[in-house]
Amino acid sequence: MNIDGLNNGIVLDHITAGKGMQIYEMLKLDKLDCTVAIIQNATSSKLGRKDIIKLDTVIDLNYDMIAFVDSNVTIDIIKDGRVCEKRSVKLPETLKNIISCHNPRCITSTEQGIDQIFHLVDPDRRIYRCAYCDTEYSEK
Amino acid sequence: MDKLKVKNNPRSLINITDLSVAEIDHLIETANDIIENPEAYQEICAHKKLATLFFEPSTRTRLSFTAAMQELGGDVLGFSEAASSSAAKGESVADTVQIVSLYADIIAMRHPKEGAPLVASRHSNVPVINAGDGGHFHPTQTLTDLLTISRKKGGLNNFTIGLCGDLKFGRTVHSLIEALMRYTGVKFILIAPPELRLPKYMKEKMNAAGAEWAEYEKLEDAMPDLDVLYMTRVQKERFFNEEDYVRLRDSYILTLDRLKPAKKDMIIMHPLPRVNEIAVEVDNDPRACYFYQAHCGKYIREALILFLLGLK
Ligand SMILES: [Zn+2]
Repeated sequence: MNIDGLNNGIVLDHITAGKGMQIYEMLKLDKLDCTVAIIQNATSSKLGRKDIIKLDTVIDLNYDMIAFVDSNVTIDIIKDGRVCEKRSVKLPETLKNIISCHNPRCITSTEQGIDQIFHLVDPDRRIYRCAYCDTEYSEK
Repeated sequence: MDKLKVKNNPRSLINITDLSVAEIDHLIETANDIIENPEAYQEICAHKKLATLFFEPSTRTRLSFTAAMQELGGDVLGFSEAASSSAAKGESVADTVQIVSLYADIIAMRHPKEGAPLVASRHSNVPVINAGDGGHFHPTQTLTDLLTISRKKGGLNNFTIGLCGDLKFGRTVHSLIEALMRYTGVKFILIAPPELRLPKYMKEKMNAAGAEWAEYEKLEDAMPDLDVLYMTRVQKERFFNEEDYVRLRDSYILTLDRLKPAKKDMIIMHPLPRVNEIAVEVDNDPRACYFYQAHCGKYIREALILFLLGLK
């Protein structure tokens, strides 16, 4: 893949520096057949430093997941060497099966076949709470 | 048409905030009417069945629901602990409830896992009442508290309530605050040791609702202003060491001596069971209201059953 001259594909641009790998892992991009390039610590006029991910195929991505990790990301859909669609992501109101509840007393810890659902309760501080037990989500 | 294939989306009660203020007022009105005219209600639920699904034992709550349904002329079925239910064989909440909702007209469910009644309500053909999900929500306790205050204080506006004890983990208190801050002129006095103060997010909720509140460390200091004193349990497992627990527990015990500066018409409430937060000597004081409160619990549950069944 010629990284600069992508003919068809998707560019995840303006990723906060250091978050590229996390997005790569959460979107499970390692499981794809297509070529994936991660550029870390690129210079950016907007952010100073940024990460970029490029895919040489147009596929459906989970935008909620991207927004949850980093809502700065912009997504460029490339067709015939031109950006045919540019979109930004917004912190989703609801996350379905993107993160899991860590509360051992939560019904999601035992009930099978249950969706993991979180609601955004504080957009400024990016706080999500489990729909079942109301526990605030934290990484660990 | 196949009469067995009934699928509807019944109204359930999982959290107290599922009910609007108007609906809560309606429930209180119904409960008061049942108390005044019990004969008018004694056949109203004839041929209706309440299933009490108690995945963990809570005799007090289960009996309250059972008595409520029986006074309305209805029947009760169910189990009182997980060991005697299909959950012991590993059946999911979703499956259990789908089956039970074929047999019963309404379900009251208690479960040790937080959020279990919400899962149940999504798989049920009949209304589900959360009868407590592992210290998470207990909306019928909150309704009980509201009916008690309303009857004793002539309404739910313009009074000062002191909440004393474990305000950090005690979610009975959180639900009561969430319900009361929707009324006007309710002032909250929070009485707790620094370790057990009300969480910041609850204070933010009160601020957003424009509720007035103040924080005290000593029960004695808050006492003279209170119209309602709501006592809760201070649980040992919330403390790192025995010493702190004993010191704090003893400073939040209500005794006749500590009651001296209180108003003559203040009411003392407690969700029960108490351990030693209220000395037995207080029981005979006319302000003691916790057994009255338990009595109110039966009537508000009757009103709730009628409301969710669409009978009132
Ligand atoms: Zn949870």
